[in-house]
Amino acid sequence: MAREKFHLVHSSAVPVHIENVDTDQIIPARFLKATTRDGFGENLFRDWRYDSNNQPIADFVLNNPRYSGDILVSGKNFGCGSSREHAAWAITDYGFKVVVSSFFADIFKNNALNNGLLPVQVSDEFLAHIFSAIEADHQTTFTVNLETQTFTIDATGASFNFEINSYKKECMLNGYDDIDYLLNMKDKIAKFEQSRA
Amino acid sequence: MAGKTIFDKIWDAHVVEQIEDGPSVVYIDQHLIHEVTSPQAFAGLDARGLKVFRTNRTVATPDHNVPTIDQDKPIRDELSRFQVDKLTENCQKHGVTLYGLNHPYQGIVHVVGPQLGITQPGMTIVCGDSHTSTHGAFGSVAFGIGTSEVEMVLATQCLMQSKAKRMRITVDGELGEGVGAKDIILYIISKITASGGTGYFVEYAGSAFRNLSMEGRMTVCNMSIEMGARGGLIAPDETTFEYIRGREFAPKGADFDAAVAKWRELYTDADAVFDAELHFDAADIEPMITYGTNPGMGIKITANVPALNEIEESNRTSFAKSLDYMGLVPGERLLGKTVDYVFVGSCTNGRIEDLRAVAEFVKGKQKADNITAWIVPGSKQVEKQAQEEGLVAIFEAAGFQLRQPGCSACLGMNEDKIPKGKYAVSTSNRNFEGRQGPGARTMLASPITAAAVAVTGKIVDPRDFN
Ligand code: SF4
Repeated sequence: MAREKFHLVHSSAVPVHIENVDTDQIIPARFLKATTRDGFGENLFRDWRYDSNNQPIADFVLNNPRYSGDILVSGKNFGCGSSREHAAWAITDYGFKVVVSSFFADIFKNNALNNGLLPVQVSDEFLAHIFSAIEADHQTTFTVNLETQTFTIDATGASFNFEINSYKKECMLNGYDDIDYLLNMKDKIAKFEQSRA
Repeated sequence: MAGKTIFDKIWDAHVVEQIEDGPSVVYIDQHLIHEVTSPQAFAGLDARGLKVFRTNRTVATPDHNVPTIDQDKPIRDELSRFQVDKLTENCQKHGVTLYGLNHPYQGIVHVVGPQLGITQPGMTIVCGDSHTSTHGAFGSVAFGIGTSEVEMVLATQCLMQSKAKRMRITVDGELGEGVGAKDIILYIISKITASGGTGYFVEYAGSAFRNLSMEGRMTVCNMSIEMGARGGLIAPDETTFEYIRGREFAPKGADFDAAVAKWRELYTDADAVFDAELHFDAADIEPMITYGTNPGMGIKITANVPALNEIEESNRTSFAKSLDYMGLVPGERLLGKTVDYVFVGSCTNGRIEDLRAVAEFVKGKQKADNITAWIVPGSKQVEKQAQEEGLVAIFEAAGFQLRQPGCSACLGMNEDKIPKGKYAVSTSNRNFEGRQGPGARTMLASPITAAAVAVTGKIVDPRDFN
């Protein structure tokens, strides 16, 4: 099923200045009982966002009205742990289109790409620049250009060339799904099976 | 041309198509599914009007959110019941084999596959669960996938994946008394960190692994993902073949011999090159425990929590946050610290050998008064064996609560949660914040260490009992 095409994101960002953010933090297991893909955004970072009485925890960034935007910025090793795709669904359902870190766990990266969420991996140094830029001005904006594979801090013009494999890039730009590709090669898959029999 | 690693041999044999400057289309021999990560995938199939492509390569069992008491009664939690019912409904509709609740084969997917002989060397195996790496213990390429990928495999028996880099971790030498598979892997992760294996597929080599039983090897491979690796595997050998022989879905008779002959080809060529190589000495490994909120934060049980100046400056904020959550201070000694819960179970250490080890330790002893001790067998078969071997009687006499099979407190999706602020020594694989329940404080350790903690009520070195 075709997805929205991804080209350019120009937006302020929300900083979650924490390392090793695991998928149990992004969406705790007790919220995985749904059988559809919708509504997970409500519980994104649930236990950092709400206390045990379901009251918002004021000093967590998602509860701070100063921060908003389509870009989530987080510390290194983002998305480690469980393979739950619910983590990617929670992030997109909340409204993010891009997630930036200096390091992503493998399964999370795949899950993000399969949901039209762009994982942008930058250097530790550049990540520090992004955090400082947001600290200096919480509404500062960034430009994410998938075509040119650049992430730019608009205020300073500093730019980082991020990597993405060209197949995945085409898929994101055109809104293609891996499954469409695979469905088109069923005959070849059947031949492969015969060749091994 | 340089030789191939086992990983290369298996991977290359399963590539249906290589996309230029892109991923490979990889054929999947065995797909395992459970109730939590499959409903949206089946819904995707339905939306496209598709059927499961190869039902004979798919097996399902509910494990993650099932209750571990009263499994013969309807599930009380409405959402859990709905999810488990959905799995049944989807499997019936698509003709997929299901080992549902109360079926003699039900259990945690990663315990069920190996014990039924479904898991075999040379296979590609996937499941919508990161601990699919467990199956690598048999010399297979096994890894966790997301739900969109579950849908792809259901629809086409293939996945699109970029090939991981290769890492070999060699541990040679003899393990000391009281040191087991869990300690080896916790030790390795403490050395290379929770992200040290990201981008790699790991081969475990050396005498320390060769001398492990299949169940010990599964414990090691299970936790590959905790260092960020895509998966981990161990070359199959006589131990592997003997384990598989005679199991329900293993080849039989002449077919078995033919299969073994093929499996013997699965080794890393002497001239194969790895992208990264690490070596450790088994003699350096001692019983381990974690003090923090990722599995890389582990220490020898006799050691102190690191002091602030032992932590790299850039990691200090995370370190402090983690200790704050755990209610610990830098430099603190763990030995003697009071514990509230002991959990023995999960796909890491919920197999029969683990239960035997715990039973042997607690036989004739009593759990400490301050401890709530849960034993959750990894599967119905493990439960049955534990009964037949008299382990259940030992656990009951010692004051442990034996529960029914499932993931249970490993992820706290059902009622088995560790209360806020309480300390749990757990044989599972993740000590993330809230993993075992909101505010739960998890310390990962081996089954023997967990048993020792259960009887003393405190963090204790299991070797002190010899
Ligand atoms: S036992 Fe724990 S780690 Fe294993 S599959 Fe279940 S939830 Fe995942």
